[in-house]
Amino acid sequence: MTVETTALQGLLDVERIRADFPILARRLDGDRPLVYLDSANTSHKPQQVIDALSEHYAMHNANVARAVHQLGAEATAAFEESRDKVAAFIGAPSRDEVIFTKNASEALNLVANTLAWARGALEIGDGDEVVITEMEHHSNIVPWQLLTERKGATLRWFGLTDEGRLDLSNIDELINERTKVVSLTWVSNMLGTINPIAEIARRAHDVGALVVVDASQAVPQLPVDVAALGADLVAFTGHKLVGPTGIGVLWGRSEVLEALPPFLGGGEMIETVTMARSTYAQAPHKFEAGTPPIAQAVGLGAAIDYLSAIGMAKVAAHEQAITAYALTRLREVGGLTILGPAEAVDRGGAISFELEGVHPHDVSQILDSLGIAVRAGHHCAKPAHHRFGVQSSTRASFYLYTTPAEVDALIEGLDQTKRFFKVA
Amino acid sequence: MDLQALYQEIILDHYKSPHHAGLREPFDAEVHHVNPTCGDEVTLRVHVEGDLVSDISYDAEGCSISQASTSVLADLLIGKRIEDANGIHQKFVELMQGRGKIEPDEDVLEDGIAFAGAAKFPARVKCALLGWMAWKDATAQAVTSAEATR
Repeated sequence: MTVETTALQGLLDVERIRADFPILARRLDGDRPLVYLDSANTSHKPQQVIDALSEHYAMHNANVARAVHQLGAEATAAFEESRDKVAAFIGAPSRDEVIFTKNASEALNLVANTLAWARGALEIGDGDEVVITEMEHHSNIVPWQLLTERKGATLRWFGLTDEGRLDLSNIDELINERTKVVSLTWVSNMLGTINPIAEIARRAHDVGALVVVDASQAVPQLPVDVAALGADLVAFTGHKLVGPTGIGVLWGRSEVLEALPPFLGGGEMIETVTMARSTYAQAPHKFEAGTPPIAQAVGLGAAIDYLSAIGMAKVAAHEQAITAYALTRLREVGGLTILGPAEAVDRGGAISFELEGVHPHDVSQILDSLGIAVRAGHHCAKPAHHRFGVQSSTRASFYLYTTPAEVDALIEGLDQTKRFFKVA
Repeated sequence: MDLQALYQEIILDHYKSPHHAGLREPFDAEVHHVNPTCGDEVTLRVHVEGDLVSDISYDAEGCSISQASTSVLADLLIGKRIEDANGIHQKFVELMQGRGKIEPDEDVLEDGIAFAGAAKFPARVKCALLGWMAWKDATAQAVTSAEATR
């Protein structure tokens, strides 16, 4: 079954979109076309984003929030306009709830570190518990290990079902009166699973716990309304949503941001400084010490404009259609086991799999020789791999520019891989 | 890209049936090395007797390149004098770090010359060196503990 015979519902006008992404027209060594199936790792950038970065540096470059001159005013306006764009894109009730970081890891570490220093209601100590899940990216595991080790608290986690969903059977025991934080991914970067954030957030709030969501894979793929999500803090990164590297976002409810102490100390995060002590600016500036990633924020604004013009509901429908098609085709490959939900239900567009008799590095090496870019390894989710008894996997992931023909190329590439390694 | 250069028959043969695999006694040092970017792992034991590498045993999980290179390592170094084994180790590391520009000496590296092609693939050099770095570490520990008990 290929797309020539079966039209897929929900696909975007991919050819028109692909024309915006110069890199997709690149020829690789040996004049091979690029088949890029690694967008969960990082997405490509449309010309509009590249132009925004370039124009910022060419025409408006200045530091922000401190220069009185015209360029400073222009740079500041562009930087803050991007904050407005992010706020609107994710449904933040206030622009002041949008903090720019360098990436999602920094956003999550910002939360875990400031919680370690918090006093009062948010203080974490002996006997308190932090709950995460077994499907987290290392960036949503390690900061909480550090926090609980430093504070004498206990780290606990939701296990996974064989299908790759959260095992919620012990939720009443896991989320209890000792729970101070529940931090989990919205969409798994390895299994593709979409988690029921609202339900878990409700249970966490019943016991007074904070809810932190790693939305790195969700914001690029799904329409997002943080106000409706039920979370207190949401982290994501720009480079996975057709934006530049070096820019991430932490959204937090105003009351929570107000209660958290500052993160890094330095310029722009203060109200006033004397030699003995300082007072601090309000959020978001309280958490943005030093010169921020200005051009990157402007580029992120352009990325959001780009995705908004297409419409996130349509982006999500495309992702869903391509993922469903890929799951169907991958099931036809003998010796291939999908790790994670096998049907495109409550599922994002990352598909990790094993190919019997061929190590993921070798799979990705053969695919690379055909111009097909996938990820091989543990995808910074070692515990989730361990849960499924594997050390590593091969992952194909899709985005708004992915075509069904690229999925077909992957399937053909896997057949060639099997022939090369002489596995049935 | 030259896949045949990377995946020589010798490498695929060692991958399918690794030599000297499994963990054995006696041993003087055991190390566990991982490639943090991909998760490849090897547990490797070294037994020294006097100035001889009398056994190398291992339990490895990883790609064809890392598995095969550990197998070749055991073939090459078991029974060698430690000094000679260190010399072969150095030649193999030089080959792998030579970006494919070094002509390997078959008299010294034997099946190890099959990895000359892998040296052209920067992402795979670490795979090829995993077992070798583990051996270096384990042998240094084995020699140190032997000296301490002397």
